[in-house]
Amino acid sequence: MMAANTNTAGTPAQATGETTDYVTVLLGDELFGLPIDRVHDVFIATNLTDVPLSPPEIKGLLNLRGRVVTALCLRRRLGLPDRTGDGRNMAVGLEHGGEAYGLLVDQVGEVMKLANDTYEPNPVHLDTRWRAVSRGVHRLDGRLLIILDVEAVLAFGDERPAATAA
Amino acid sequence: MDDLLREFLTESGEHLDTVDLELVRFEQDPNNQTILRNIFRLVHTIKGTCGFLGLPRLEALAHAAETLMGKFRDGMPVTSPAVSLILQTLDRIKVILAELERTGGEPAGVDEDLIGALERMSEEPVPAPEPVPVAAPAASGTLVPQVLERALKPGEVSLDDLERAFRDTAVEIEAPAPEALAPMPAPEPVRPAARPEPVRQEAAAAAPAEARRAEPARSEPQPAAESESGPVSKVQTIRVNVDTLEHLMTMVSELVLTRNQLLEIARRHEDGNYKVPLQRLSHVTAELQEGVMKTRMQPIGSAWQKLPRVVRDLSSELGKKIDLVMQGAETELDRQVLEVIKDPLTHMVRNSADHGIESGAERKSAGKPEKGTIRLNAFHEGGTITIEIADDGKGLDLSAIRRKAVERGVATEAEVERMTDAQVAKFIFHAGFSTAKAVTSVSGRGVGMDVVKTNIELIGGTIDIQTQLGAGTTFTIKIPLTLAIVAALIVSAREHRFAIPQVSVLELVRVQPGTDHAVERINGSPVLRLRDRLLPIVPVAAMLGLDAPDAPASTDEGFVVVSQVGRQRFGILVDGVFHTEEIVVKPMSSKLRHIPLFSGNTILGDGAVVLIIDPNGVARMVGSGTASGQPGEIEAEAEGDENAGDQAVTLLVFKGGGDALKAVPLSLVTRLEEIDASKIEWVGGRPLIQYRGRLMPLVPADPAQAMKRDGAQALVVFSDGERSMGLVVDEIVDIVDEVLDVELVTERSDLIGSAVVRNRATEIVNIAHYLPLAHDDWGQPTHRAVPKAPSLLLVDDSAFFREMLTPVLKAAGFRVAQAADAEEAMRHLLGEARTDLVVCDLEMPGRSGFDLIEAMRKAGGRLAEMPVVALAGTMAPDSIARARALGVADCVAKFDRSGLVAAVNEIASAPLDAAA
Repeated sequence: MMAANTNTAGTPAQATGETTDYVTVLLGDELFGLPIDRVHDVFIATNLTDVPLSPPEIKGLLNLRGRVVTALCLRRRLGLPDRTGDGRNMAVGLEHGGEAYGLLVDQVGEVMKLANDTYEPNPVHLDTRWRAVSRGVHRLDGRLLIILDVEAVLAFGDERPAATAA
Repeated sequence: MDDLLREFLTESGEHLDTVDLELVRFEQDPNNQTILRNIFRLVHTIKGTCGFLGLPRLEALAHAAETLMGKFRDGMPVTSPAVSLILQTLDRIKVILAELERTGGEPAGVDEDLIGALERMSEEPVPAPEPVPVAAPAASGTLVPQVLERALKPGEVSLDDLERAFRDTAVEIEAPAPEALAPMPAPEPVRPAARPEPVRQEAAAAAPAEARRAEPARSEPQPAAESESGPVSKVQTIRVNVDTLEHLMTMVSELVLTRNQLLEIARRHEDGNYKVPLQRLSHVTAELQEGVMKTRMQPIGSAWQKLPRVVRDLSSELGKKIDLVMQGAETELDRQVLEVIKDPLTHMVRNSADHGIESGAERKSAGKPEKGTIRLNAFHEGGTITIEIADDGKGLDLSAIRRKAVERGVATEAEVERMTDAQVAKFIFHAGFSTAKAVTSVSGRGVGMDVVKTNIELIGGTIDIQTQLGAGTTFTIKIPLTLAIVAALIVSAREHRFAIPQVSVLELVRVQPGTDHAVERINGSPVLRLRDRLLPIVPVAAMLGLDAPDAPASTDEGFVVVSQVGRQRFGILVDGVFHTEEIVVKPMSSKLRHIPLFSGNTILGDGAVVLIIDPNGVARMVGSGTASGQPGEIEAEAEGDENAGDQAVTLLVFKGGGDALKAVPLSLVTRLEEIDASKIEWVGGRPLIQYRGRLMPLVPADPAQAMKRDGAQALVVFSDGERSMGLVVDEIVDIVDEVLDVELVTERSDLIGSAVVRNRATEIVNIAHYLPLAHDDWGQPTHRAVPKAPSLLLVDDSAFFREMLTPVLKAAGFRVAQAADAEEAMRHLLGEARTDLVVCDLEMPGRSGFDLIEAMRKAGGRLAEMPVVALAGTMAPDSIARARALGVADCVAKFDRSGLVAAVNEIASAPLDAAA
């Protein structure tokens, strides 16, 4: 259990315009950002209890300081193959509807303060599954940061997202 | 809102409930001065407070009611209309109070109607106060009807009444005080009133007397505390916010968990230093837990408070005489539980009064006392509370229920005949059909009882019926005392641990092949011989899909947890049993709540999260809630969960045009309906019906079939998105699970083929044939502009499924090619025809779907990137993981038609080039 790292050296601070803080996470080489106000904590997910018959996105339940947390695999949520090889199960703690969720990711990176002028909406040809959970993209030096919509990431299982034509 | 006002609202609400109850008692026992004084004082308190808080409307109402009650006290005969009027007034007061609570102010409005009526009633000529001693005994027991002879306009009498009211009030204000203080008020009125009392007590059955005694005991100290806040110290109580208690409970739960954790650590370390303080902590925690639980306990009587009123209103409405006897009102249970059972209890009492008790004449001719009795009884039994609701009415007409069950297609005639009476009685809990998800009931009784059962099961309770024709019906409800902390048995299955609530565990049996207790199989369904009876066995590992598909068959070794839900007994086969533990039940995550086999989860002493198995859910799996573990049923019961690999299909069997049985997979059916045939409209020569605010075309199952012009017409409704059609059928016969072996026919487009269903040849209907008959454009992808229909290859070994899914996929806008196995699929994929998408069954004999996808990925080029949607018969996590690893775009359950369409649409709507 470690506190979120508050290193803001990500980008040269843009003096103009509003900025938003993002907790960055990694899946393979792909970089994602979660709005910092939605992130409760970052922890290592251990002792996962499998839930038989559960949706594939749910990796299991775990006990975080006396609370039962539903561990959700971001890779499966985005339709990516499971991670090969082992490593620590890093999780980002989220709260939704009074329930605690842990979003399992490969790695948790630094916190970035990003100005609006690097923001762009989703490219039109982005995979629908990704488009459904992404709020847009930030252009960083040499790489892209995909902003995740926490609500959308957690909205599954109730109903299969209807296929929208576009 | 003002604190004072809030206090007033809570208090008045309580008072009014008491007054409701007392009034009904008073009506039956009009000479009981104690009850009258009680009512009088409560209404007076409300009136006084209203005046103090400046609520004129409430004050006027309470005042008028009080005036009339004052008359009763002065000897006016108590009549049913008068009591009804007062009850009506109380209802109005409640409405105003509710409004007051919502808005914080008294709503505008006039109550002249009620006040006028009350005043007129109190105007009635009253026997002079003096002769009361003579008049009262004469009136005891019987009700003298008082008819209003002249209707006066409110305005006409208001002045007169006002004067009278003033006079009365002046008397009252002085009167109640000394009365309340002195245990024996003026001897004159009391004695004659008290004399008939013992007579009545003797006449009444022992039980009602007991119930009555319990009531005043509870309600009496209350008014005393309110009206005379004198120096005498009473039982000290304070009002505590429910949220505070809830929070306290949560904290105690955490404490229990922490203690369990410490105990677990102490078990492992042999360090004596901890032992003593830990023991102490454990004791204190247990006591604290008990204490906090106690604060949440409420007598069940508070859930019953409204019932006398309900029964009274119903009996006057239905013209029946009904006695409500309540025993064990002081039995306490958790307020959370109480909240949940409140409404079901009211509903059941209502049902008993309405359907159970016969009319007076019927009862007389049956040789029963004219007055019917509904008996409520509550008592503790082990860790549960038992509530019985018994009536001495006509009992359930089991033969009628049998008929109805067959009519509605819940069970076949043969099944119904085999069932025991207890099983048949349980049909009243069905919401029409047992497969309620896909099919809902047509209408009628049983819907309410279904809700009752669901509510009770929600809190881990069970409900049972005993009924005897002509003698009455008894419902027995067993519910746990509390929901928050329960004792549970920790068991293991494979490498998982689960908790099973101790309440539903009867015994544990160790089973081992070759011993006396060995699991045997009937057609693959495991059973256990236990004391000369056969017990159906549910292996947990198979039920939860814990075994990999290729794992060796289970060894039938381990422990059988014998459980009982209602009257249904079954055994849960687990690998190991650890210990029992007090667990704190935590609700299931909303993402997992749809799994019926778990009721929640908990954190064990060692910190691990375990799932709590819901015996109700298991029981439903064993026998859809109706079976009772009878040996005859076992074969049918376990089929569903044991032979999942054999692809049993749930079929809806119906008749339509001719005597031949027809069937359609239930998964395609949206709903079953019964409509009034006279509602069918004809537009342009086509039958239509207004259905859920839309016009729905009707198509007869057979062109030769005549559509009914009146009476009930059965429909099978199919929907796709916004469009629906109704297939007109003659009769819905049954819903069956069958492993299908379809013989295809090619010459008829309305049939896929024929198959043997329950030993009868049955035609399997091709729904794709009917859809275009209903909507000309059905089957064409009009709702999506697709330049060129993407082509799709459907790979499935079962011809039936290929036939079934092809029209569905075509309707979704795909050109569909079929392949029966992996070889054929590869040939097709490597051939000339363009393929954009593959839908593939994962479980096929020979080369499985996995092999096919692997081969595709190895082949490289287009095939390596081609999107694949996998159809899985069982959603085993391992196979899903394997499919994901192979880059399968989506896994869909084989019967999930809409899921499949959504999945293929999703892929098709993504730019195909981007995917490649």
